Parts: sequence; structure tokens; C-alpha cells
Amino acid sequence: MSALFQLEKLFVAYHGVDAVRGVSLSAPRGAIVSVIGANGAGKSTMLNAAMGILPARGQIIFDGAPIHGLSVEERFFKGIALVAEKRELFASLPVEDNLALGRFRFRREGRAAAHAALDEVYDLFPRLRERRRQLAGTLSGGERQMLAMGRALMGKPRLLMLDEPSLGLAPLIVREIFRIVVSLRERGVSILLVEQNARAALQISDYGYVLENGRVSLEGPSAALQEDARVAATYLGFGAHRGDDGDDDADGDDDAAT
Amino acid sequence: MSTPAPINNAAADAISSDGRAPGGRGLRLVAPLAALAVCALIPLVPGLPQFWITLLNYIGLYALVAIGLVVLTGVGGMTSFGQAMFVGAGAYTTAILTTRYGVNPWLALPAALAVTGVFAWGVGAVTLRLSGHYLPLATIAWNISFFYIVGNLDIFAKFDGISGIPPIAVGGFALSDGPSLYYLIWGAVALAVIATLNLLDSRVGRAIRALRGGVVAAESFGVDTGRARILAFVYAALLAGLSGWLYAHLQRAVNPSPFGLNASIEYLLMAVVGGAGSVWGAILGAGLVTIIRDQLQDWLPWLIGARGNFEAIAFGVILVLLLQTARDGLWPHVLRLCNVRPATRGHHAEAGQLAPRARSAGEQRADGPVLAVADLRKQFGGLVAVNDLSFVVGRGEIVGLIGPNGAGKSTTFDLVTGVTPPTSGDIRYFGENATGERARVIARRGVARTFQHVRLAAGMSVIENVALGAHLRGHAGPVGAILRLDRAEEARIFAEAHRQLGRVGLADLADRPAVSLALGQQRIVEIARALCLDPSMLLLDEPAAGLRHREKKQLAALLRQLRGEGLSILLVEHDMDFVMGLTDRLVVMEFGSRLAEGTPEEIRNNPAVLEAYLGGVA
Amino acid sequence: MDLSIFLILLQDGVINGAIYALLGLSLVLVFTVTRVIFIPQGEFVSFGALTLALLERGQTPATIWLLLALGVVSAVAQVWQGRRTLSARRVLAIAGTDLALPAAVAAVTMLLAPMKPPVAVQIALTLAIITPMGPYIYRMAFQPLAEASTLVLLIAAIGVHLALTGLGLVFFGAEGSRTEPFSSAMFEIGSLLVSGQSLWIMGVTAALVAALGAFFELTLTGKALRATAVNRLGARLVGIAPSMSSAIAFTLAGFIGALSGVLVSPLTTIYYDTGFLIGLKGFVAAIIAGLASYPIAGAAAILVGVVEALASFWASSFKEVIVFLIIIPVLLWRTWGAPVVEEDDH
Repeated sequence: MSALFQLEKLFVAYHGVDAVRGVSLSAPRGAIVSVIGANGAGKSTMLNAAMGILPARGQIIFDGAPIHGLSVEERFFKGIALVAEKRELFASLPVEDNLALGRFRFRREGRAAAHAALDEVYDLFPRLRERRRQLAGTLSGGERQMLAMGRALMGKPRLLMLDEPSLGLAPLIVREIFRIVVSLRERGVSILLVEQNARAALQISDYGYVLENGRVSLEGPSAALQEDARVAATYLGFGAHRGDDGDDDADGDDDAAT
Repeated sequence: MSTPAPINNAAADAISSDGRAPGGRGLRLVAPLAALAVCALIPLVPGLPQFWITLLNYIGLYALVAIGLVVLTGVGGMTSFGQAMFVGAGAYTTAILTTRYGVNPWLALPAALAVTGVFAWGVGAVTLRLSGHYLPLATIAWNISFFYIVGNLDIFAKFDGISGIPPIAVGGFALSDGPSLYYLIWGAVALAVIATLNLLDSRVGRAIRALRGGVVAAESFGVDTGRARILAFVYAALLAGLSGWLYAHLQRAVNPSPFGLNASIEYLLMAVVGGAGSVWGAILGAGLVTIIRDQLQDWLPWLIGARGNFEAIAFGVILVLLLQTARDGLWPHVLRLCNVRPATRGHHAEAGQLAPRARSAGEQRADGPVLAVADLRKQFGGLVAVNDLSFVVGRGEIVGLIGPNGAGKSTTFDLVTGVTPPTSGDIRYFGENATGERARVIARRGVARTFQHVRLAAGMSVIENVALGAHLRGHAGPVGAILRLDRAEEARIFAEAHRQLGRVGLADLADRPAVSLALGQQRIVEIARALCLDPSMLLLDEPAAGLRHREKKQLAALLRQLRGEGLSILLVEHDMDFVMGLTDRLVVMEFGSRLAEGTPEEIRNNPAVLEAYLGGVA
Repeated sequence: MDLSIFLILLQDGVINGAIYALLGLSLVLVFTVTRVIFIPQGEFVSFGALTLALLERGQTPATIWLLLALGVVSAVAQVWQGRRTLSARRVLAIAGTDLALPAAVAAVTMLLAPMKPPVAVQIALTLAIITPMGPYIYRMAFQPLAEASTLVLLIAAIGVHLALTGLGLVFFGAEGSRTEPFSSAMFEIGSLLVSGQSLWIMGVTAALVAALGAFFELTLTGKALRATAVNRLGARLVGIAPSMSSAIAFTLAGFIGALSGVLVSPLTTIYYDTGFLIGLKGFVAAIIAGLASYPIAGAAAILVGVVEALASFWASSFKEVIVFLIIIPVLLWRTWGAPVVEEDDH
């Protein structure tokens, strides 16, 4: 079966610097694919380009068709949703309005369908039901993440891209959120998960990519990556021993960029 | 790309002793000077219609105002819809003094400038604190109010205006017609161009140029950006006032209508059309707008079949189209057509040492911690970003602040550098309380920093950005800059900037536009800028991000060398290799609190730290 | 000044303030949704008032030609901007809103105008002619600048103001007009005479405010506009295109401007450039509200109207000065002690 979503040789310049340099990756249908890497490796930049927020060179293919020229909104209508690192909620609107707006594209479908969709999200995130009348700006970090995910799900995406869902959250909440991510896979939503929290991401994903300096340095089935010493070494940094070759030729073509 | 000046070659420096490489800037100066010479000959052309001289006179008057807008808007980033009111201030001052009190127009000139300057200072003092779009809105309010005040007060002869203004006389010869005033007006334009170029190429000029996109950085190096703003505002107003003085004696009468809001809008249009980034663009814009208006006034009424201010339609459309297609105006396109390259600058290797920064008693003492943070707390609404954090940095010590993304490291950095005030807690530098102090005050304590998101002023070259770091070590003011009395100090500042650039290994790139460098190099430029402050403490926010392996090693070597010289360094960094090999001590943050503290070896083996970094669901 | 004069002034002030309030609300709406400081808001007031005046005299208002021209330019601009991704359906939609709609409005106007239809029809025609100009102007002037800074958008707004004022002069000439009041009734409340016209103004203003409130609180489209205002990226991530929200905001701005013109035209003689000053007073209110809060903008607008009325009694020559300088202390108070911030750049 072909992949639902593919990036081919994606280059993204951000603030005049090539933050993503030729990344190719593929997200199969019904799977969780994780992209791990240290801060500044280009993970968020890659997702933002995939969503059309940042301009990029290279191929972006969704469901067999290139979506390169499409706007953020058009990509969303195709079935791609991004839960951004900053969550991007409507802070001065209540939780329920945030969710309702997630269904803006289906606004002509009537009240009953809207209620059903709301109930579905509330069942997934019972905490949001309790907070339905509260303004989004007053939620805790974990609740914000849940609301951002719930709002994205209201649009019935086929591919859900999550940018650092564990960011700034306590371990208990992270566990809760990752449990929900797994349950989404069961419902047939494909997931592209960008995470700094490598261990958690690899535990729930089917396949993983390690991003380093804007490039894929390592990829493979998540189980294998978890065992790979190089993951800890190159990305986690502790006790890492990169050869003291001084010339680090992995970066040799940087000169062309400057 | 330029070549750096030979460091030991005194002769080469002597050639470019005015601070510039002879070629690039020379060409830039020669072409406009030739244009000015042509201008000087125009009135001598036999048979030239008087009308053209009149048009040129008006272009000169408008160009003066537009040049002021270059400093204010194009360079300083402040938009004003109030320049016509400053033209009016100059014009009415001389009109009243010369008609009612018989003052000689030449004596009325300093009075006109003084009135305009004080008026602008007053308006600026209450208005310039406004950020972004509020400033232009406030200037609209000021200009409309000015129009009605002048039009309703007897002292300004209400809407009738004042007539019978005497002509300016030079040596008994009255400049009473267009051609005779032509030289005075364009002489004033030439002086304004020179003064403006001098001002922008100075210590004060760098502060003004840093206002666009570099306010936080400039403040962190001791620049009082509020003062720089008001300076640019008053300078622009003075040029407008000069234009008004000339206008009054050209027209020999004044009334409120040329000083209304629409005139202010047209001045801004001129700057936008020509290109607000350059004085030549301002002159070009003044010329184009004046000529277009003149032509439109000829044929639009014929086309429409009525008389009226129809050229406004064209101006409005032109303005919108320019913003959509050529936001920097036409001048950059003219330069590209003529293939003119940006200027480069020579460097003064033998200019002599810049004096060290004055140090406080605490800074000079050799004992006690350099930075001591106690129970530091920052809350944003309900979110606690930094939670009662305490740590110290000792003398000659490199301390690393690490932690997972979102742990509060950047907020901590902003707190100790005065960018954001803490909710509670205590910050001490050299034993002196610095809690709640603003960034520019903390800079005076000998604290220099770099930024996580590089903050170099976009319109400046690498070395000019670095020179901004030495702001506190110079003293030259705006008048000295305009009169070129600041050259010796400027030479020393640039020699120092060059020395620091050399130290970080980027001397070759000194004349490149700062934004053309790779991100990693820009970070290193920020370190050179920080060193220009002559600091006792360096705060580095992710200095190694974007660097290649070899560059990281060089950076680590440089930081060790600085430590050897007695500097204390606090750095936030994600590259664990870099941090582990370099620092003496590490402070690990998680959820805004201190999770652990110790030597790299201790931290490496701390299970809590490992857990925080690796995370996990289990 | 005795009480009765004060009450008359107060009434004047509140009535004018109601108009400023409408404009202030519109300015806040346009700014929060699009970041455009919509200086030309006042031109719609002039256009509305003068269009109504011409209809009242049984003449065909020249603004229909402006409407047609703006529609054509807007259509061309949209086709040009979307030339790479244009579908037949999209072209049809553009032709419908930008060509067919103004053509229909123009045709109906030309048909009805000479027949001197009842006032309600005249007003409806006026609103139909002026309102679509809002989104057309957005499409041609501001949509291509969607990513620009607030400052650039403000300068563009000034450009649009210049052009529209000049066009106003072309279409209406330098002569001013004043329309018949909707009602000539007078009511006596105590010692105060209240005109039917002022009741109309207050009533229409209250109804419009209520309708806007309902739109923003109860409809999903209204909430989508608020969503764009609080978080543009967030809105885009759920498929709310800023261009759609902006077009709606500008439509409302056109409607509110035209309606304000209709309401104010019996009160005072309106010239082609009067609307600008009226609009700026709405601005004073909007600025006092930080270009953010609707209730504060409404209250501030009433305050502006009252201050203006009192100023015209005591120092009539300086009433404009007094009104416009209100914003200086307010702005100072708003920004005092604010930390150094980086301004958004070009």
C-alpha cells in the first residue's frame, strides 16, 4: 500500500538559513511515525513547511497528489491537520467554541452532526467536557494540548501532525496524551509525531526518523531505534563520542549554502 | 566581497583615512555630486522657462522634508504623518518675526529652527513612547489639531494667513525671485544631505539605525533607544522647519493650507516613492511626486471637466501599488540599473586603543560571585515559567544552564538581562542589586549578551553591528557627528570592532551585510559585539546552535581563552557535547525549577536529569 | 450655561456619539480581523450620505459607476493573484460577486432612481451600492499585502483614503448636500425637545449593535471572525482563511459606513470629504479602546460626541482640536511603563 504522506528532498529556509536540508520521509496509512531530534534540528520547521505555513522546496505528496502549491487552509481541507508547537488556540473563546470552529469546514452540515462530533471529542478528552464553558486562555498546559488536538480532530483529518505534544507537560499528562494518540491510530487516523521526548515517542510509534542538523541521520522501525546506541549518543548527547575527526565531513556541503 | 584592510599597512590606512575604502564610497559620492553640479548650472541655461526653476525650487523644499523622513521612517522605522506641521512651525515663526517685529530673515532662521525643534521635542516626548501604528495615528491627530489651531488663532492671522514676508537678502541683494532663491534652496539640500549622511555614519547614527529590528539588542548594549527615537524625530522636524523657513521667504506669504494633513501624507508619499532608505531616494521621490502632480494638475481637470484636487486619486493608487510591488521605493532599482555596489569601509588598525569601559567598585573587586540569583520567579498569568530559582556564577567560571525545551531557560535569561522584569526574587551583579533594572542599565554593569534568535540590525554591515557593542565606550553626540568631529573616536571604535571580529575569526566578513551571513556566523558576530562592550560577564544564549563541528571547537577554545582572561560566562545550550566539554558547572532546569546542579560529570550520572531528558511513558 | 442648554448639547453629543460609535465598532472590527487601520472608513459615510441625497432628488447616483469600476478591478486583481490555482468554479464565483452583483445593483438603481421611490427603498439602494465597495477595496488594495506589517497596511489605507476622497470629488463635486429627516416629529420630555430623527439614530444604532453582538456571539461565522482576530494562524489551521474573514469584515465596514452616512445626512451638510473627519472621530473612540474592545469603543464614542458638543458651545473654533487631542493622554496612559518591545517590521 502506498504511503499516505510523503516528503521528498524537502528544503526549508527559515530566517535565511537552511533549517531543513533535503529531508525525505514517508508516513504510511494507519501508522504512527515519529520524528525525534534535539532542539533546533529542524523538526518544527519541517512540520510547518509540510502544512504550508513556511515556503519550501521539494515534493510534498498527500494521498498520491502533490500539495506543494496549496495554502494552509487548502491542505486542511485535503485532510491534513497540524497541532502546532504553540497550540494556537483561540484564547478569548470558550473551549466549546474552539472545538466548534474546528468544524468550520462542515458548518453547513447542521446541528445534529456538530453535536455528534463534539460528543466524540468529549469522549476522547473528558476533561474538555468539564471545561467546556471555560475560556481557552485559562486552561492548563495539558488541557491546552488536549483542546488543540480535539480541535484538530473536529475537522476529521486523515493525517494528524503533532508538534511536540509533550512540551512543558508533566509526565503523567504526557502519558495520558500519548495514550490518546495511540487510540487515534486505532480509529484509522495516521499520525506524524514530532517529539523531543524520544523514549516516549519511540515507544508508541511504528517507525521513526532521527533528525539532526536539518537532515535525517537515522531511520528505522521504532523498536530497533530504541535499541540503537547511536540514538542516545547522537541525539541525547550524554556520553556521546563522535569521532574527533575535526573535519566532520557530514557537514561538508555547508559551505555551498553560505 | 570586500577584502579586509591590511592590518599592518599604515599606507593603506592613510589612503582611506576618512574611514572608507576609496573605490566604493567614492563612486557613490561622485555621481550625486556630479548631479548637484549639473543642478547648479541649470538656472544658467539660456531660455529656460522660469516655470522650471519654480518647480525645481519646490522639489528642493520638499526634498528637505523627505530627507528628514529618511532618518525618521526609512532608517528609524517611525512613521510620521505630521511633517507638514513642522514645516508650518518654521514658516510661521519666520513670518511672524519678520512681518511684526522687523527681524532680519537670517536672524529668524535660528529662531524658526529653535521653535520647530522645541515643538518637535515636546510632541515627541509625549508621542514617541507609542509603539508601531499608534505613532502615525497620533501624528495624524497632532497635524489636524495644528491645522485648526493655526487657522483659528489671531496670532497666526487665522485662515487668512500672513502676507508681506520680506525676501531673504544676501549682501544687500534681495533673493526675491525664483532663480536667486534656487541656489539657496539647493545649497540647503546639499548641506542636509551631507549632514544626514554624517549623522547616520556615527555612534548616534548606529543607535538610530538599530531602531528598526534591533531595539532589544541595542538596549542590551546600553543604547537609550528612547533618546535615539526622539533625536531622529527632532532631526527630521528641523529639516522640515528649514524647509518652512525657505518656503515662507519664497512664497512671501503663509496660510494654514500647505501645512495640513494632506501635505504630510504627500511628504510620506515622496519618501515611499523614492525609497525611504536613502537620502537620494528622498530627493528622487520629491522630484517625481512634484512633477507628476504638476502634470496631473494640467490634464486631469481637462479630462474630468472640473477643477479640483484630482491628483490625489493618482497619488493614492501609486502609493498602494508601490507598497504592493516595490516597497523600498524606486531608488534601489535605480542603483541596480546603474550597477552601483554597496559601500565598504576601511579599518583603522593604528587608530589607537579605545579606552576600557568604566567599572564600578564591585566590578573591580576580585571576590564574591559575579551573578547571584536568589528565589527568582516569573509568572505569566497562571503559568509559572521560572519557579523560585537560585544559582550563582563565580569569577572566571563558565556555567551552563541546561534543561529540556520549555524548562524556562530562555525566560531566566531574559530576567537576568533585564529584558523582562521578574515577578519576585533577587538578582545581583558583583554584589550590587540589579533586580528589575532595564537591559541598558545592566549593560553598564559590564554584562554583555547574545540572543537565542539572532538580533543583528538588518540594514547594517557586520562590523557596524559589532561597533554597536562599543556604544558605552564612546561619547560622541549628534552635533559632533554632523560636523565630523567624531572621527578619531569612530576610528578607535571601528578598530576595536575589527579587533574583536578578528578574535572570533570573522574579520574577512566585516563589510558584508550582517543578514547575509549563515546563522551560525551571525551568532559569532553577536559574540564579537558582546566583547566590544569590554564586559566582565558574558551571557550566551545557544551560541553553538547552527555551528559546524570545527566551528564549535573554535568557539569552545575562544570561550576558554576568555575565561582565562577573567571573564565569567553563563550559557544556555542544547548541544550536550559542547556543554559537557566546556563548562565548569551546570545548572539543570525542569518546569521552571532547578532540577540539579553540579559538575558535568555529576550531571551526566544524575538519574533525575537522565529521566528529564530522555522522558518516557513508563 | 443653564441646564436646558446643557441637555440640548448632551442630546447632540449623544446622537453624534452614536454615529461615532458605529464607526468606532467598525474600525475595531476591521483592525482586529485584518490588522488594517481603516482610515477610509469615513469615505463610506460621505458616499452613503451623498448617494442618498442624489436618490432623493431623483437622480442616478454616480457612485454606481464607481461600484462597477471597483468590481471590475477587484475581479481582475483576484484573477491575477490566483492565476496559478484558478478553477472554473472560482472564476464563476468572482464574476458573480464582482461583476454580476454590481451590474445588477446598478441596473436596479438606474431603473428606480428616476421614479423617486420611497425613502426606505432609497436607503436600501444606497446600502446596496456602497456596501460591496468594502470587500472590493480589500481585494484590490489590502489582500496582496496580507503578510505586510500593520504600518505598511496603515500607509496603504492612507493611499486608499487619498484615492477615494479624490474620487468623491469627481463623483459628487465640491457641493455639499443634506437629506430630509426620516421623521419630522418632535417629542417633549420635560424641558427637552427630542426630534424623531434622533430617536431614529439611537434606535438604528442600538439595533445594529445588538445585531453585531448576536452575529459574533451566536453564529459560527461570527466566531470565525473572532477566531481570526485572536489567532490568525490558529484560524488557518482549522481552515478559516484570513481572506474570507477579512472580506466579511470589510463588507461590514462598508455597510456600517454607508448606514452611518444615511443616518447623519439629515443632521448636517455632507461634502465629499466630510466623512473623513467623522471617521476620524470614530477613530478617536477606537484608539481609546486600544483598537480592541467593542464596549469601550462604544462608550468612548459617546464621550467624544459629548465632548465635541460641549466644546462647540464654549470654544467652537477649537472643537476639532479638543476632540483630536483627547487621544494623546489616552495613548500615553496606554503605553506608559510598557517594556521595550520589538516593533513589527517591513
